[in-house]
Amino acid sequence: MSQSENTLLIKNVSRRGFLKGALAGAALVLAAKWDFALAEEDKKYGAAAMPNGWVDDPNVFISIHNDGSVTIVNHRSEMGQGIRTSLVMVVADELGADWNKVTVLQADANEEKYGNQNTDGSRSMRHWFNPMRRAAASARTMLEQAAAQKWQVPVAECKAGVHEIIHTPSGKKLSFAEVAEIASQLPVPARDTLVLKSRDEWRYMGRETGDTYQTRNNPIRPLAIDGEDIVQGKALYGADIHLEGMVYAVIQRPLVYGSTLKSVDDSATKKVPGVIKTLTLDTASQPAGFSPLGGVAVIASNTWAAIKGRNALKIDWDETPAGENAQYDSVEYRKLLEATAQKPGKVIRENGDLAAGFKKASDTISAQYYMPHMAQAPMEPPVAIAKVTADSAEVWAPVQNPQATKGTVAAAIGLKPEQVTVHVTLLGGGFGRKSKPDYAAEAAILAKQVGKPVRVQWTREDDLHHSYFHTVSLEHFEAGLDKKGKPTAWLHRSLAPTISSLFTQDPMHKAVFELGMGLANFPYDIPAMRIENPEAPAHVRIGWFRSVYNLPHAFGIQSFIAECAHKAGVDHKKYILDLLGPARKIDPPSVGANWNYGENPKDYPIDIGRMRGVIEKVTEEADWGKKLPAGRGMGLAMHYSFVSYAAVVMDVEVEKSGNIIIHSADIAYDCGPQINPERIRSQLEGAIVMGIGIALQNEISAKDGKIQQDNFHQYLLPRMVNSPRKVRVHLVNNNLDIAPGGVGEPGLPPVAPALCNAIFAATGKRIRTLPIANQLSS
Amino acid sequence: MTTLTVNGTKHELDLPDDTPLLWALRDILGMTGTKFGCGMALCGACTVHMDGQPIRSCVTTLALANGKSITTIEAIQADPVGKQVQEAWLDVGVAQCGFCQAGQIMSATALLKKNPKPSDDDIDSFMSGNICRCGTYNRIKKAIHKAADKTEV
Ligand code: FES
Ligand code: FES
Repeated sequence: MSQSENTLLIKNVSRRGFLKGALAGAALVLAAKWDFALAEEDKKYGAAAMPNGWVDDPNVFISIHNDGSVTIVNHRSEMGQGIRTSLVMVVADELGADWNKVTVLQADANEEKYGNQNTDGSRSMRHWFNPMRRAAASARTMLEQAAAQKWQVPVAECKAGVHEIIHTPSGKKLSFAEVAEIASQLPVPARDTLVLKSRDEWRYMGRETGDTYQTRNNPIRPLAIDGEDIVQGKALYGADIHLEGMVYAVIQRPLVYGSTLKSVDDSATKKVPGVIKTLTLDTASQPAGFSPLGGVAVIASNTWAAIKGRNALKIDWDETPAGENAQYDSVEYRKLLEATAQKPGKVIRENGDLAAGFKKASDTISAQYYMPHMAQAPMEPPVAIAKVTADSAEVWAPVQNPQATKGTVAAAIGLKPEQVTVHVTLLGGGFGRKSKPDYAAEAAILAKQVGKPVRVQWTREDDLHHSYFHTVSLEHFEAGLDKKGKPTAWLHRSLAPTISSLFTQDPMHKAVFELGMGLANFPYDIPAMRIENPEAPAHVRIGWFRSVYNLPHAFGIQSFIAECAHKAGVDHKKYILDLLGPARKIDPPSVGANWNYGENPKDYPIDIGRMRGVIEKVTEEADWGKKLPAGRGMGLAMHYSFVSYAAVVMDVEVEKSGNIIIHSADIAYDCGPQINPERIRSQLEGAIVMGIGIALQNEISAKDGKIQQDNFHQYLLPRMVNSPRKVRVHLVNNNLDIAPGGVGEPGLPPVAPALCNAIFAATGKRIRTLPIANQLSS
Repeated sequence: MTTLTVNGTKHELDLPDDTPLLWALRDILGMTGTKFGCGMALCGACTVHMDGQPIRSCVTTLALANGKSITTIEAIQADPVGKQVQEAWLDVGVAQCGFCQAGQIMSATALLKKNPKPSDDDIDSFMSGNICRCGTYNRIKKAIHKAADKTEV
């Protein structure tokens, strides 16, 4: 990407000191905007194509104080992926800052200032590694220039060390504190003059757990900005903010999506000690988008009183406006999908002559794979706090998309977005649920009505009943195999209600971004194939869940390939490598994949070599093919998503009782450059556990339009006993020349199919319905 | 009126008897380190120690807690075992989002006080009441072993 044309703009506006720039918070410095600099082509992709693009002005992100301490602004939401640490590592390293003198400041919602803040789609490091490096390299260069001025020497003789500038010929030193004031008067250097540090100059980036480097008082600990606060119970999440005079609310929302309030009897509620009052909220019409669902709110002097008060409400709902949603029944819906899958649907990709391919086949095989709805169920249920005046609102909330929160809150209470301040707390997990800020709007609506600050607390029941659910899905396959078992024809019908049903009236087909998640960009080398997307209506709110539509696509495709391999009598690893064909790069649009995670297909081709690479690596590390006792087996799966590559091998034992023991899980992972490998590992370890939950336990189902799971006794999540005895993460291709890939999501899709393939190897039983639940116990 | 000692300080609480300890800690005493995850003793996020025993504060009413001594995450570093657990947690880099970790640390501390050298199976069975949606289980196990090794010396 070329950015040099931007330079002029920055120079003109940047004569403000970063001595207090970011902390002053006054946004005095206009952020440099991508649209002055980039070629039209580049604006369509990556960070530049996100709302409000990227910003790399050091004044926006970096402050150096008179005592030499450094404040770095983090504008992405922290939900366990470690971005507060990782982006600060990038800045601290490139700046030459001492880790012990660095603090992080969480940005409020302000994309006009910071650039895009929507923490979703495994994008934070992918989109912000380079802008943040440039911001810090600019600041470092300004400090070096300031030292040169002070010493009256050429700037080439001045080099940043650790929190100081060194005059290289003489060895003289000036601390950051001593040069910050002068540096703050200098213009931000032109982008094309910046020299970024080479990898061997990094102190913080690229380190693994156990590497020796400086952290607060301990040479071996992984860097973790919030680590100490977390273990001491001091870290602040959404519900941990307390405002003077605050009252507490819980809301009874309509259990059927689209139903409205007929009448409410709150007489018993009002007798509950601590209850202050009840309020009715307008119910959302469909499609609801991010709008609150409405219902009846109980306002009380503490959360428990509000919960008890809500239990005492008697509400009559009108289900007529909900239409068919009121009959939504997961058992019936599955039958509908199965029937629809028998007929041709909308064709989204076709190569070769399918009929001829089937005619040529010496054998055929077909199968269907079903995955139910799931709830993200972050450990911290949705919660938000709001304080509203006639012309302003202030919100504290754990949100993945601060800017959307600002807009949603403003719309909900009739303010302009610029009148709303959104403070982003730590998120106790997100997984896509907290991309939708309906709960923040609820708090604002109530605070406006009550005239006091309000905290809205969702209970776990609320969270499970009113998630934006992961879609329900059916993947239908038919293949023709030649004498060697290789596919001559491949038909895939993929059915699932779409997330766009949140925003438009009754769409029946997947959106382009959903098709791009491992369906339209199917990479295997098959002479004749057709991919179809038949209709599927939505009857609940559907939303992003970590990895999104990659989950059903990977489960179906990776299971069916294993079934084909078995039918062919060929080792699965050999079969899948053969099906991928030789290492090569595929231009996604050339195969009809018109959405490539928003990235430029030139920088991010579908790289068959990297797919082969993770398969080779994981099978080698897991000792694929080794002899195992009876009742035990290994399973493999590979999936490409969020422009990263992941392959998983599971070694599984199924006991006579049907109980599953996972002896080991290996994952090989290629996201290109590894900025914070320690957190990449933790994300992948977590993906394995979450994927095990998807395979074994997670199911949300509806009956009469209502969700049947109330809490964790019915919506089961993986526990320590379910996790593998050994988890091994193998990171490959750590190469700065490769465009960076995502980390938060791509580990998840191959986990469930690898586990199911292992179960087949162990027992001969093929799992085609998730969750496995007690399918193995009979 | 309920009388509680929380982390060594005595409190008198004028709340209905059926109020769970969790909400008294969080909303009334402002001690927010203890987390709400399910409200039904299913996830362990709200784990505290009552007279030294790990309990789920979301289902422990003030009537039950009356007169008892409560220790929460905010004071666990004063306990030598608790301190070792916290240190091990940092060394291993256990936390992801961190929301479950107060409960995990309170459970792990209780385990090590009872069983200073737990096996993998001991850890599995003791800790399986604590959900971590981020999936940090293997690191939790590793950190418990590490804390056990340190406590011994
Ligand atoms: S909140 Fe108490 S066990 Fe979940
Ligand atoms: S660290 Fe996020 S729930 Fe455990």
